[in-house]
Amino acid sequence: MTIPAGSLLTAQDLRKAYGPTTALDGAEFSIHPGEVVAVMGPSGSGKSTLLHCLAGIVPPDSGSITYNGREVTAMSDAERSALRRSEFGFVFQFGQLVPELTCVENVALPLRLNGSSRKEAERTALAWMERLEVDELRKKRPGEVSGGQGQRVAVARALVTNPRVVFADEPTGALDSFNGERVMELLTDAARSANTAVVLVTHEARVAAYSDREIVVRDGRSRDMERVV
Amino acid sequence: MSASQWARDLGMGVRFAFAGGREGWIRALLTAVGVGLGVALLLLTTAIPNALAERNRREAARSDHTFTQQKIPRAEDTLVVLDTDTMFRDRDVRGRMLEPEGPRAPLPPGLSEFPAKGEMAVSPALKELLASDSGKLLRERLPYRITGTIGEQGLVGSQELAYFAGGKGLGDRLEYARGARIDSFGNPDLPPSDPWDPVLLLLVLVVFVVLLMPVAVFIAAAVRFGGERRDRRLAALRLVGSDSRMTRRIAAGEALAGSVLGLVLGTGFFLLGRQLAASFEVYRVSVFPSYLNPSPLLAALVAVSVPTAAVLVTLLALRGVVIEPLGVVRTAKPARRRLWWRLLLPLGGLAMLVPMVGQGDDGGTFNQYLLVGGVMLLLVGVTALLPWIVERVVARLGSGGIAWQLAVRRLQLSSGAAARMVNGIAVAVAGAIALQMLFAGVESNYTAASQYDVSRAQMQVHVPEHLELASTAEKFRDTRGVHKVTALAETYLADGHTDASSLVQVTLGDCAALREVATLPSCRDGDVFAVHGAKYDTDTAKLAKPGKKLWFDGADEDRPGEHFSWTVPQDIRRAESREDPTGTERGGILVTPGAPFTTLASFAEKELYLSLAPAEPNAYEYARNTAARMEPTADPMVWHAVERNDRFATIRTGLLVGAACVLALIGASLLVSQLEQLRERRKLLSSLVAFGTRRRTLSLSVLWQTAIPIGLGLLLAATVGMALGAVLLRMVNQSVRVDWPSVLSMTGIGAGVVLVVTLLSLPPLLRMMRPDGLRTE
Amino acid sequence: MSIGHTLLGLLESGPRHGYDLKRAFDEKFGHDRPLHYGQVYSTMSRLLKHGLVEVDGIEAGGGPERKRYAITEAGITDVERWLATPEKPEPYLQSTLYTKVVLALLTHRDAGDILDTQRSEHLRSMRILTDRKRKGDLADQLICDHALFHLEADLRWLELTAARLDKLREAVAR
Repeated sequence: MTIPAGSLLTAQDLRKAYGPTTALDGAEFSIHPGEVVAVMGPSGSGKSTLLHCLAGIVPPDSGSITYNGREVTAMSDAERSALRRSEFGFVFQFGQLVPELTCVENVALPLRLNGSSRKEAERTALAWMERLEVDELRKKRPGEVSGGQGQRVAVARALVTNPRVVFADEPTGALDSFNGERVMELLTDAARSANTAVVLVTHEARVAAYSDREIVVRDGRSRDMERVV
Repeated sequence: MSASQWARDLGMGVRFAFAGGREGWIRALLTAVGVGLGVALLLLTTAIPNALAERNRREAARSDHTFTQQKIPRAEDTLVVLDTDTMFRDRDVRGRMLEPEGPRAPLPPGLSEFPAKGEMAVSPALKELLASDSGKLLRERLPYRITGTIGEQGLVGSQELAYFAGGKGLGDRLEYARGARIDSFGNPDLPPSDPWDPVLLLLVLVVFVVLLMPVAVFIAAAVRFGGERRDRRLAALRLVGSDSRMTRRIAAGEALAGSVLGLVLGTGFFLLGRQLAASFEVYRVSVFPSYLNPSPLLAALVAVSVPTAAVLVTLLALRGVVIEPLGVVRTAKPARRRLWWRLLLPLGGLAMLVPMVGQGDDGGTFNQYLLVGGVMLLLVGVTALLPWIVERVVARLGSGGIAWQLAVRRLQLSSGAAARMVNGIAVAVAGAIALQMLFAGVESNYTAASQYDVSRAQMQVHVPEHLELASTAEKFRDTRGVHKVTALAETYLADGHTDASSLVQVTLGDCAALREVATLPSCRDGDVFAVHGAKYDTDTAKLAKPGKKLWFDGADEDRPGEHFSWTVPQDIRRAESREDPTGTERGGILVTPGAPFTTLASFAEKELYLSLAPAEPNAYEYARNTAARMEPTADPMVWHAVERNDRFATIRTGLLVGAACVLALIGASLLVSQLEQLRERRKLLSSLVAFGTRRRTLSLSVLWQTAIPIGLGLLLAATVGMALGAVLLRMVNQSVRVDWPSVLSMTGIGAGVVLVVTLLSLPPLLRMMRPDGLRTE
Repeated sequence: MSIGHTLLGLLESGPRHGYDLKRAFDEKFGHDRPLHYGQVYSTMSRLLKHGLVEVDGIEAGGGPERKRYAITEAGITDVERWLATPEKPEPYLQSTLYTKVVLALLTHRDAGDILDTQRSEHLRSMRILTDRKRKGDLADQLICDHALFHLEADLRWLELTAARLDKLREAVAR
């Protein structure tokens, strides 16, 4: 497969095994700027591993990942960390907010990691929290807010650096359908208006319905449904 | 509440302690190891008095000539003992030459038969040393065949170097050699040791308190390992219907299980350590395993108090926690820590100690209970004050880098846990600082700066009466590593034969040797000098007048031809005094060998002062070997710049060893709780790494998180330690002087432990920060 | 659901007589609604006319029920196309989907592909509904949600079936 024209992030023939377990067995992926792509598949199919590889968190055993013309697999750990800091955002299912920091400090964290001053970082963070309708939580700690609010704080944190790609791994997994959809709505709205691409790992159809297209991962192999149909 | 229900709940707790799968086991094992190490240390401490007593007993049982005053005639039951003690490198070798003079001669403890001439029985440690390459030089000194081993009863420690060699005709050598004719070993009439000086007693008591307090703190911390997970488990139990009192009992059961297992492990560690102790020699003191028997009463006390304390600590820790079916609720906002009762503890301690100020002078006594109580209260005060200080300071800490922010925020949320981790180290450091101050203060009382000028000579050899000075000196000159030999003979002359009122020292030596004791204008063999200007010497000027007749002091009236008198020659010259190698200004008369004075030489004390080549590390050994060839009982003296009271040195050594052990122990527990904390945050760490947090940032935040409470703890420890040290110094009537080097070194050691712990927890931290942590769903 | 395609699919494993076809159909798909003989004849004659089947042989004794049918190349292509085309997402289409999956298994085609294709089609509809919901008023939202929940139920069935394909393959082979 060649790199599709205009693609922001492309993966080819990814293979990854954890010990005797094969997580990825020749998976492919590509996403355009501003596109929302759902990664679906049964649990244990390797969709989270695919996300981790795409985001440069886990190096694949073989295969190539191209981001914006750069080969991610050839980068050093420090370079990949820097890439994640500046170009990517992350939302996980849970356990991602630092419990000791207040919500606004949590949102400001990525900016501060990029070297912004505390004041400036927290101002930007607050603007994003307003957008996600959680600005009244700024002084609270994650332990004091509800699950849906916490996820919205997490979404604000993922978007605060104006990333080119947001990786969301079951972002609504711990929420009820109402709160889950609200989070998805806010996430996709914000991402589209900022031309941020979203890689959305989910097993829920109604969450995947917020995407532009989906790929299906089964037994470590991916199917891009757009191409099949 | 029926007893059976209690038993059932406790039993359930015990089961939970071990049945929680792999994690449950690890937790129980950690607790047990922590408690076990503490118990082992406690048992060891309770065994030390016994060990010391046993050493004293054996030492007394084998004592021979040292305490024998009267001379006894040769008989059927007498034994001649020559003291041939020597040193090898920096280790003492106890040596005795034995010759039984009849069939009923007493056998020394540890021997079953007397070695024959040219044979010896050795201690196991000496046997090993002699067989090794490093013992080659000692082998030359002990030219006897090894035919036996000294039994444990004849030794005071497993690593003691000792031998008994057989000899013939030793009785004749008693004239000039160290030794005695004895008819029994041991001296039951003498008290086993001198009564303890109150200051020394104070030191010993404080050392014990200072070492045991951190152990107690450590045990308290160990039973709280894994507390958060336990709380979650208890919440699950509430969900299936147990009430809050039941959960408390179950928690108590868990703590009980851990601490009882800890008791078992501790006993094991202790027995293991006891065996190991035999193969170690700490600062020249070694023991036999059989010495280390804790008294049954103290052991029973440990066995009861440790589990009780564990249960109490658990219940106390649960006090601030409400375990609800759906989770653990910390009582809303934990009550703000109040200062007054925390201050009460150290102040109370001070109040107990202050009345004793000044009582340690000359034979005074201390109230031991007040002393121990006061020191304990002061040290417990550290553990009470520290959480308050950490809470206050951390709440005020401002902005900083991201690592700093993460650390400070975490501390703000759980300052109590952080303070608990450091408590042990703070207590240990505070106690050690106080002790070091006390030691430094009283050191002058117990340590005499020797006057020896070690830059001029490093060894002094006494030449026995029957040997000739010049030829002996020659032998040492030919010895490898000996740089210079100053040979001097000394005697005294009096101004009268029987009614002397003044004495003058006479030193005999060649020109080069005499120049070591005085400044000579010029010197030729045959010259005689009178030394002027020596301190405290008024008689020389009076007696060293040309033509004056002087008598040899101490001449034996019974021996014919020895009413020796000497007339000061007309050509006596003047010399100026200078410090001799022994550090004294010597006056008197100096005589060169060529002067008409020869008979005097045989009456003189003959000394060799050896200057050794620093480049030859074995110079001391070569010199000792030469001395042993000359006369086995000669024990050349090595000069040191400082001489210490031996018992003082032992206490100080004990403190150092103990403090090192305690800090290592606490370091281990710090590491364990650090790792547990990290494991609980594994997922969070992984997600932080995912969005690009540098590992350096996270490592740094972990470091800050430990360093801030440790820094505060050490600061408090230094303050309390110095206060305690000052009070203790005042108690023994010493002026208060802060011994900064020891304050800095003790805090440094404390900080070092933290650094080591942080370094050791970095690899697991880095491993946990791998993205694998995200793969848990 | 298309009886013609189903019968065509059944023929793919080999030529059969009309009554064999009826029996096979009833056994696999007609649990509550067996086919009438007449339906089989009329369907087969339509398929013959379009060249999707051919008569393979006639047994002695004559009569339409004695004809043996075989699938043609054009017939195979037609089955293939039918299986690959996702159904229009609408409620209660699981019987058609079930038929398709079983036929795919019977004819050793990739049943997973059929499910994936169908899911993709469902998702396409759900995207449109989600989009309408986001832009519309409360009434729109409620209507769309109703449809979305139904579609989601179908999708769950698709997932479940996908997870049980191996078992189904065994059951069908029996």
